[in-house]
Amino acid sequence: MASAERPLSPHLQIYKPQISSVLSILHRITGAALGIGLLLLAWWLIAAAAGPDAFATVQGFIGSWLGRLILLGFTWALFYHLLNGIRHLGWDLLWGLDLPTMTKTGWAVVIGSGVLTILAWIVAYAMKG
Amino acid sequence: MADANRYRSPLARVRGLGAAKTGTEHFWLQRVTAVGLIPLVILFVIYLLGLVGADLATVKATLGRPVPATITILLLVAAFWHAKLGIQVIIEDYVHHEGTKLASLLLLSFACIAIGLASVLAVLKLALGI
Repeated sequence: MASAERPLSPHLQIYKPQISSVLSILHRITGAALGIGLLLLAWWLIAAAAGPDAFATVQGFIGSWLGRLILLGFTWALFYHLLNGIRHLGWDLLWGLDLPTMTKTGWAVVIGSGVLTILAWIVAYAMKG
Repeated sequence: MADANRYRSPLARVRGLGAAKTGTEHFWLQRVTAVGLIPLVILFVIYLLGLVGADLATVKATLGRPVPATITILLLVAAFWHAKLGIQVIIEDYVHHEGTKLASLLLLSFACIAIGLASVLAVLKLALGI
């Protein structure tokens, strides 16, 4: 329990956003979002097992514009968390911890997650026909 | 290091196990599930891309085969476990009221186990055609 009289470290909002800090909090935000995405996946699987009516309800929701928008968000969150997670595992092995490499891998994650999201949606629409 | 021993209980010193070897468990399991999820997520996304807009029969025929069903179940176990560990840290970081924190952590554990189990059973049902 922190005492009210104690000096606090400078608040987050006075710092200029940097790639290190922005990508760090995005990892946590996408992680939490994917937790909700996991619920959608569970709903889809359970509905498929439950039968045609329940399955039609989920498919109807996923196919709606709102469902597609949510799914687009989950797609990006998944690829972001996947790529940035690999970056984190690299750091665990003491790889890429220096600032120039950290900046480079950070931008690679940003660009890579965007590219993979667009690719996945192009493939999805192509497969659907 | 010798100084740190002053704070250890006599029992802990006799056992000599440090933090009873569980101090890094959360960190380690987060990594184990993360590494496992890399191939599982890639494979599962490939299956899902083939199932966009598919009807129920196609979903059953695709995910119900032994290999995709196994991959889906592995993905579910690893993902719910990984999510439990990750969201646990978020709760511990931001929820400061002890009672609310405890309740949130319990709810998280119960939800991950229950929903994870339900979705694994769903895949088993698709796979076994019951």
